Amino acid sequence: MNNKKIVEIFSKSLGISEEIICDSLEYNSIPEWDSIAHMTLISELEDGFDIMLDTDDIIEMSSVSKAKDILGKHNISF
Amino acid sequence: MLKNKIALITGSTRGIGRAIAFNFAQNGATLIINGKSVDKVKQLSKELKNKFEIDVHEAVFDVSNYDEVKNGFKAIYKITKKLDIVINNAGILESSLIGMLSKDNLKNTYATNVDAIYYILQYASRLLARNNSGSIINLTSIMGTNGCEGQSVYSGSKAAVVGITKSLAKELADKNIRVNAIAPGFIDTDMTKNLDAKSFDMRINSIKMGRAGTAEEVANTALFLASDLSEYVTGQIIGVDGGMLL
Repeated sequence: MNNKKIVEIFSKSLGISEEIICDSLEYNSIPEWDSIAHMTLISELEDGFDIMLDTDDIIEMSSVSKAKDILGKHNISF
Repeated sequence: MLKNKIALITGSTRGIGRAIAFNFAQNGATLIINGKSVDKVKQLSKELKNKFEIDVHEAVFDVSNYDEVKNGFKAIYKITKKLDIVINNAGILESSLIGMLSKDNLKNTYATNVDAIYYILQYASRLLARNNSGSIINLTSIMGTNGCEGQSVYSGSKAAVVGITKSLAKELADKNIRVNAIAPGFIDTDMTKNLDAKSFDMRINSIKMGRAGTAEEVANTALFLASDLSEYVTGQIIGVDGGMLL
């Protein structure tokens, strides 16, 4: 369920198709995932999972895989 | 004027911060009051709740301590889930001539007057962005815009606040978050009460309106900037100084 949710959030925040969202997708590797979109993504992840992320986590969230690790610290499992 | 708005006011237990807390309470805001002393924050909370029918939340943390700010915001998020107004008011003033400036004075002043604003706004801006609206008000000083002898550290720190304000006004405008600053002149608070009579008179003589300002007058400007009355105002440094010349 959380896998589906994170893919939906990435898709909506970055304005990209769900098909291209995989664990290895990295920040700045596509034009849609730039610093501006990153902050929108953070906001949507916080809203979607009802959490508040640390600033360090935001800086370290460099891929979908890393995003899952960081959300894991908030007891959100994938 | 601020009904259904949630406002965080740093350094709200005395002086200008306290006056803003009372002003915003009178205008119906839900308040998150902040200070380093548990006793002082609790005392203020009690006074506000006794006088006004509003919600008051207590956020006891040192704004210059990164981890305390982070944990403070996590607690705020759990309680209110949102934020509409942020007043970066907490600040310290230590006078020193350049030749007698200590490293501690420099470090402490910048930690509280500058670093803290970044810490607060890193978290606050994300909460405000969720509403796609908000008002951030930073307290600078006439010393930050004009400079003052014997106050190069304080003035420098407050000049930094001007730069932060103007930059973030541009950065956050597309999220409908307004960022402005208030630059008080000589305001009658605990900070200025420590001046000797000669210095006090010299300051008064430099004010065209012939008197010190009050914390309440600064709070009224904060109310304007926090409310929808200023919905098209951003990136401005508003002087509240009675025509003071420095």
